Amino acid sequence: MSGGDDVAVVGLGIHQFGRHDGVSGLEMGAIAARRALASAGIEWQDIDFAAGGSDAAGNADTSVSILGLTGVPFINVKNGCATGGSALTTAHAMLVSGAAEVALVVGFDKHPRGAFNPLPGEWGIGSWYGETGLMLTTQFFAMKIQRYMADHGISESTLAKVAAKAFVNGSRNENAWRRTPLSEAEILASRMVNHPLTQYMFCSPGEGAVALVLARGPRIKALTRTPVYLRSVAFRTRRFGSFEVFSPSIPIESAPSATTEAAAAAFEEAGIGPGDVDVAQIQDTESGAEVMHLAETGLCQHGEQESLIQSGGTELGGRLPINTDGGCLACGEPIGASGLRQVHEIVLQLRGEAGDRQVPKECRVGFTQVYGAPGVSACTVLTV
Amino acid sequence: MTEARHLQVIDAALIGGTEDQPKLIGSECERCGTVTFPRQRSCPRCTSEEVHAHELATRGTLWTWTIQCFAPKAPPYLAGGVQEFEPYGVGYIELPGEVRVEARLTESDPDRLRIGMPMELTLIPVPGASDTLTFAFEPVEADE
Repeated sequence: MSGGDDVAVVGLGIHQFGRHDGVSGLEMGAIAARRALASAGIEWQDIDFAAGGSDAAGNADTSVSILGLTGVPFINVKNGCATGGSALTTAHAMLVSGAAEVALVVGFDKHPRGAFNPLPGEWGIGSWYGETGLMLTTQFFAMKIQRYMADHGISESTLAKVAAKAFVNGSRNENAWRRTPLSEAEILASRMVNHPLTQYMFCSPGEGAVALVLARGPRIKALTRTPVYLRSVAFRTRRFGSFEVFSPSIPIESAPSATTEAAAAAFEEAGIGPGDVDVAQIQDTESGAEVMHLAETGLCQHGEQESLIQSGGTELGGRLPINTDGGCLACGEPIGASGLRQVHEIVLQLRGEAGDRQVPKECRVGFTQVYGAPGVSACTVLTV
Repeated sequence: MTEARHLQVIDAALIGGTEDQPKLIGSECERCGTVTFPRQRSCPRCTSEEVHAHELATRGTLWTWTIQCFAPKAPPYLAGGVQEFEPYGVGYIELPGEVRVEARLTESDPDRLRIGMPMELTLIPVPGASDTLTFAFEPVEADE
């Protein structure tokens, strides 16, 4: 299955997600990077390209002062919650082009407590939008799922089941932040945040870091006995007519979301269909996002989520396990790290190294999807 | 009495008309007819720069909604201070044939909001800056 132009993940590193007082985001990134290098059996000077980013914890390339001043080209990326996808896109392109043979990608972040407070000016919107209380990602997700539930028959119970599943999976993940299972009833009864979404249906901004070592062609087998191939990575911005976060208005004419476009491109490039996916990690900023992204990515039909989730189909033992590491809901969301966390988890699942949360069925094809402001998405297809 | 007086609004580029008959100002593309809000210098659909100011319809229907149940952080929110925070409604109002506009709603009771209900443009004081007005939509009777 391996060819000269193949790109594979050959090293994994993660710094636990959660709260880590006294440790900077940059330091967490460097710790994850060293772990990824060690797992590939190489050193920092063996890396000939690096890409990375954070949203709120500094410039990724300054980590060379911790890792070592080797002169390596290191590109900083920043695309909201899709930052990890951008780093991966950049490194993948450099490897495929032949400009590099072994690359490192790193994503990290460290956010203060509470909801994000982005400033409208940085998103091309007048200050009135924030001043009058419209500049909140939570509102967008609530209004998107509110409409979606009416259009496609999704119940509040299904929203709660998504969160309950996340916390069960998180309880089996030593690197997760929220590790206490919660019942569907507890989730529904928790404080209302934005109707119809309650406190435990939302992820929280947090801290953490992930790094991956990628290699091309013959270097893959030299570095690992268990390669997981990155068959494709696709990144898209929004089209006219899609309903995206931070939109003072949206057209009546509708168009597929950035997620739909990125997922279709990733599947096409990989030559693999959504029906072939054995396990997936998708953006679950809140419960509704997981529901909607399941269909936007093509992993199920619109409206099919109700029966799929109610029947346990997305649980570890189900026919399509989703967010097996607990996702954003259990891991929290350090923006720069989230996309790479998804890939980290898929690699573990495809290698059969996911421990207590290993999917019981055989997994050969994995998929990841991140979504962020102001309507960007990145998707990957990975195989053994 | 107040009909003709100059409005003190949060952003004069957004809101025109009078206090009793406010209008939202968007833009319309001369090439493809696409309507946007707020006004912008080019068309997001066809990329044309031939766009002009366009007063939006003042009545529409509620396309989706939520209730903001926690105080947004300040900045950017003008009204800081969690103690005096009152939850408020937010929605997108579909203006027929034009565009869906995001706005604060005058109604904050989830039991009194439903997708498809008729809504009309109004002005409300800006939270934290009560001498200034911003736009909002309020429920109206369908046969009014």
